[in-house]
Amino acid sequence: MTHAIAISHLSKTYASGFQALKDVSLDIRHGEIFALLGPNGAGKTTLINVVCGIVIPSAGTVTVGGHDIVKDYRAARSLIGLVPQELTTDAFETPPATMRLSRGLFGKPANPAIIEKVLKELSLWDKRESRIMMLSGGMKRRVLIAKALAHEPQILFLDEPSAGVDVELRKDMWQLVRELRASGVTIILTTHYIEEAEEMADRVGVINKGELIVVEEKAELMRKLGRKQLIVELRERLNVLPEALAGHGLTLSTDGMQLVYTYDTKAETTGITTLLDAVRNAGVRFKDLQTRQSSLEDIFVGLVRQG
Amino acid sequence: MRLAMNLYGMRAIYMYEMARTGRTLLQSIVSPVISTSLYFVVFGAAIGSRISHIEGVPYGAFIVPGLIMLMLLTQSVMNASFGIYFPRFVGTIYEILSAPVSPFEIVVGYVGAAATKSIALGLIILATSELFVPVRIAHPAWMLTFLVLTALSFSLLGFILGLWADGFEKLQIVPLLIITPLTFLGGTFYSTSVLPQPWRTVTLFNPLVYLISGFRWSFFNIADVHVGVSVAMTLLFLAICLAIVWWFFKTGYRLKN
Ligand SMILES: Nc1ncnc2c1ncn2[C@@H]1O[C@H](COP(=O)(O)OP(=O)(O)OP(=O)(O)O)[C@@H](O)[C@H]1O
Ligand SMILES: [Mg+2]
Repeated sequence: MTHAIAISHLSKTYASGFQALKDVSLDIRHGEIFALLGPNGAGKTTLINVVCGIVIPSAGTVTVGGHDIVKDYRAARSLIGLVPQELTTDAFETPPATMRLSRGLFGKPANPAIIEKVLKELSLWDKRESRIMMLSGGMKRRVLIAKALAHEPQILFLDEPSAGVDVELRKDMWQLVRELRASGVTIILTTHYIEEAEEMADRVGVINKGELIVVEEKAELMRKLGRKQLIVELRERLNVLPEALAGHGLTLSTDGMQLVYTYDTKAETTGITTLLDAVRNAGVRFKDLQTRQSSLEDIFVGLVRQG
Repeated sequence: MRLAMNLYGMRAIYMYEMARTGRTLLQSIVSPVISTSLYFVVFGAAIGSRISHIEGVPYGAFIVPGLIMLMLLTQSVMNASFGIYFPRFVGTIYEILSAPVSPFEIVVGYVGAAATKSIALGLIILATSELFVPVRIAHPAWMLTFLVLTALSFSLLGFILGLWADGFEKLQIVPLLIITPLTFLGGTFYSTSVLPQPWRTVTLFNPLVYLISGFRWSFFNIADVHVGVSVAMTLLFLAICLAIVWWFFKTGYRLKN
């Protein structure tokens, strides 16, 4: 089976001469949740807009469901729902009216039952008679999601869907995303809340300055780049690291109450046993031990710094 | 599932644009009707008391086709330009650009809706005129043909303007500074044949002369230029607008980066 989306050697140089995408190749698998991460201006929105037909690529090809986005744009686009990053809504319309437009535009006959279902799922049903301009920012964001879902897309792009959405609703939204995935929808999202990607995504791509620097299974990425830390909580404050403990790669926390040992989970020996022996022999007494796995955020920051 | 045409998409744009008229009823229907009535009071009553007939037609009736054209042209341009400029301005155009609709379907949706409004408006003004002066229509089928062709051409022109404009001023300038003056100079309130030379020849460079003349011919059988020339010019104008729109979409001009 072909990929949901196949991006091959894609480049984009804007009219200003700025190169926003540099030779990006990426395959999105059917039914996965793919998180695209990267700092501001990395090219995430540009990439999404090319796939959706809003930005014209300078070089490279993209197929969606096996259909070329240029030659066979009708077939390609009708599979896609897009929730844009910018809050651009039809201020004077009601949510159902703007959803009907979306559904029609994507070539689907009217279906009030679907509109109702989506509005209810997004807790917008009570607002069905309000003009969009009377809704709050978070509600407007959900109207955009409702528009994208109005034509029952097989592939959903969420460009920073959780910006400006409160914690409670964010949870609901991610629940909805999980349900969509369970029903077979492929989801590509960007977010600056990395814990979100960590929780939701099957795979993660990191883009920086227009280049895709990593694409990896999330678990694999965590394993590969993940560092674990052992934290030794001390009984008494230390002003300096004892001589005997130098050479173990230990650092003393600023308050002098913790020793922090960073180690690689993949390594044959972690060196923990020798370390703890050394600590005991040095006469340092501790009251507790804990380990900490570095988060996707730490990994991400590390990658972007390198890039 | 390869559709030759996205009829639902085309219809959705059309219906959406028509619904917008409902909200702006005052601006799109009521105000043109009021200004037409004012023209009748000022021109029909005040001037008409001095000029009784032009080429055998009572002056009040003589200005009806010109007035309808004046409203038709300005409203077509304004409606259609706003219809496409607004989504560009607020950003909602993203959805049209990402939807599986062809340029042809987009144009039919937007321009069709704008033209429909203008035609309805033209007929409303005609009915309003009947309240002031009796109007007879010599060639009703031709009258409707000119009405439809003009509404289409100028809605297309408005669409082009709405794509090209990068600010609200430009959107206003074309109807106010180009269409309205050309209509006035194109024989709305007089027959260009009353003008002395060289002005008579100069008016022949005004494309609106042909439209107004043809339209008036369909009412009263009198024309400044031969009706065949009017039809040809209208079709030529339509073709030019179509070519420009086609080029815009082909290159993504002002639509896509
Ligand atoms: N229309 C445009 N013309 C010129 N440059 C542009 C245009 N749109 C975007 N850019 C530039 O391309 C780069 C990538 O922008 P893009 O919007 O894709 O970033 P992003 O990864 O989505 O960032 P963010 O996290 O802030 O949303 C930026 O440097 C931006 O300034
Ligand atoms: Mg972005």
